[in-house]
Amino acid sequence: MLSVQGINVFYGKGIHALKDLSLEVGQGEIVTLIGANGAGKSSTLNTISGLVRPRSGSVVFRDMDITKLPAHKIVEAGLCQVPEGRRIFANLTVQTNLELGAYLRKDKAAIARDMQRVYELFPRLAERKQQPAGTLSGGEQQMLAIGRALMSQPQLLMLDEPSMGLAPLLVKEIFRIVQEINRAGTTILLVEQNARMALSIAHRGYVLETGRVVMTDSASVLAEVDEVRKAYLGG
Amino acid sequence: MVEFFQQMINGISLGSIYALIALGYTMVYGIIRLINFAHGDIYMVGAFIGFFATTVLKLPFFPAFLMAMAGCAVLGMIIERIAYKPLRHAPTITLLITAIGVSFLLEYGMIWAMTPQPRAYPNLLPTYQFNFSGLIVSVQQLFILVVALVLMVLLHVLVQYTKAGKAMRAVSYDKEAAALMGINVDSVISYTFALGSALAGAAGLLVGVYYNRIDPLMGIMPGLKAFVAAVLGGIGIVPGAMVGGLLMGVAEALVSAFLSSTYRDAVAFAILIIILLIKPAGLLGKKTQEKV
Ligand SMILES: Nc1ncnc2c1ncn2[C@@H]1O[C@H](COP(=O)(O)OP(=O)(O)OP(=O)(O)O)[C@@H](O)[C@H]1O
Ligand SMILES: [Mg+2]
Repeated sequence: MLSVQGINVFYGKGIHALKDLSLEVGQGEIVTLIGANGAGKSSTLNTISGLVRPRSGSVVFRDMDITKLPAHKIVEAGLCQVPEGRRIFANLTVQTNLELGAYLRKDKAAIARDMQRVYELFPRLAERKQQPAGTLSGGEQQMLAIGRALMSQPQLLMLDEPSMGLAPLLVKEIFRIVQEINRAGTTILLVEQNARMALSIAHRGYVLETGRVVMTDSASVLAEVDEVRKAYLGG
Repeated sequence: MVEFFQQMINGISLGSIYALIALGYTMVYGIIRLINFAHGDIYMVGAFIGFFATTVLKLPFFPAFLMAMAGCAVLGMIIERIAYKPLRHAPTITLLITAIGVSFLLEYGMIWAMTPQPRAYPNLLPTYQFNFSGLIVSVQQLFILVVALVLMVLLHVLVQYTKAGKAMRAVSYDKEAAALMGINVDSVISYTFALGSALAGAAGLLVGVYYNRIDPLMGIMPGLKAFVAAVLGGIGIVPGAMVGGLLMGVAEALVSAFLSSTYRDAVAFAILIIILLIKPAGLLGKKTQEKV
């Protein structure tokens, strides 16, 4: 479904953030990208989303070359990202945030239905529809960011560290919902530092180190590999 | 007492014109954090478009009015596309200097095309005046007030309730996140310029009608004052520009009537300094306030 081939990303003159990075995501999968701080996880998602331009390499999504497409066209193609740090519109209400998620859609009835679905998925948002999104708690903001992305009806949903800064119970909740979204038919590319949780719900995983893929396998195998256990799973 | 109310009325008409110009400053600032110093000159161009529409094309008020707005909208988009868009990732100071350059270009371009000679604006509106026991309100003042009010209400509805307005607020808050919603950020910036410039064009024609006189450098002082008004209200905040504009107009009218017309511009800036000392973010400004 998504095929990233040998991308190289530079910031400024010196920083070579992604080095010949390739990865594949198949229809219906949950694929996780794990790695330490600064490994290049966000850079990978931002390159796929069109926010960062690779110097070389290609990104193909459902047989369409999206490497040079502007970010808003990539969303139109069915690829949506929940960015690191949520990036919700704090000045707008919860409801308006969700409406903006459906910005490209014109099917009013279906939008209303999806909004209902998001509120069912996240009842806490339903209780806070008219509240400025900036007043939500961290966990609620993460739910809003996911809900907002769902409103675009993505084929492939990319999540950048959805567990960041959340209490363990909430992390569990978020991961359960990610799984639920996947079962409902949305393919998932999940970036995480919480490798244990990520590997527990993913089908396959990639391990990133300083801009390179150093390992890839099924999630269950990765969870047993010594290096991964030592580096990311606390022994 | 009558004199006081008279000056209030004069001040409110003048102030609603400042408000229209201030809105453009504030919208552009809200969307790309640029003080568009060429904005006062767009207002000047609006006055000249109106002048041409009514003298050469012999159009009546409303068609001329629409033409001034449309002409300025296009001008605003062209300026953004050519002068500012290539600098999207440049430092703010570069953008600011470019804006000053664009301002000079419009001013001296117009002098070159039209000579610096002031022109007499045709009488587009009835010159009738109502007299309420000594209080004199001209039809023109009423027109300015009503037109400005209608435009501001329309703008408010657009920004608050339409999809385009919500996209503007999203872009103003976070461009990357907006792009991730599928919003075409470049085109939102472009129509924000169009909107702000159209309002300036409307103000230009109204001022031509009100003062009967236009010239290529007429945009400098009102431009500055509208900028002050926008900062006064809280730059980037739409209702702030409206409040700030009215306040400026009223203050100016009162000062020229009761103190001295020589000092009225000094007062404008004194007000700015005092208010900013007390409320650094402007009258309606909050730290977390959205910026459109
Ligand atoms: N806009 C930028 N300008 C310059 N350097 C950047 C920029 N964004 C990222 N980098 C650098 O690129 C490298 C990869 O960063 P990236 O954000 O992709 O890492 P990450 O794996 O997402 O890290 P984290 O887990 O901390 O979010 C880092 O060395 C970072 O400093
Ligand atoms: Mg990151």
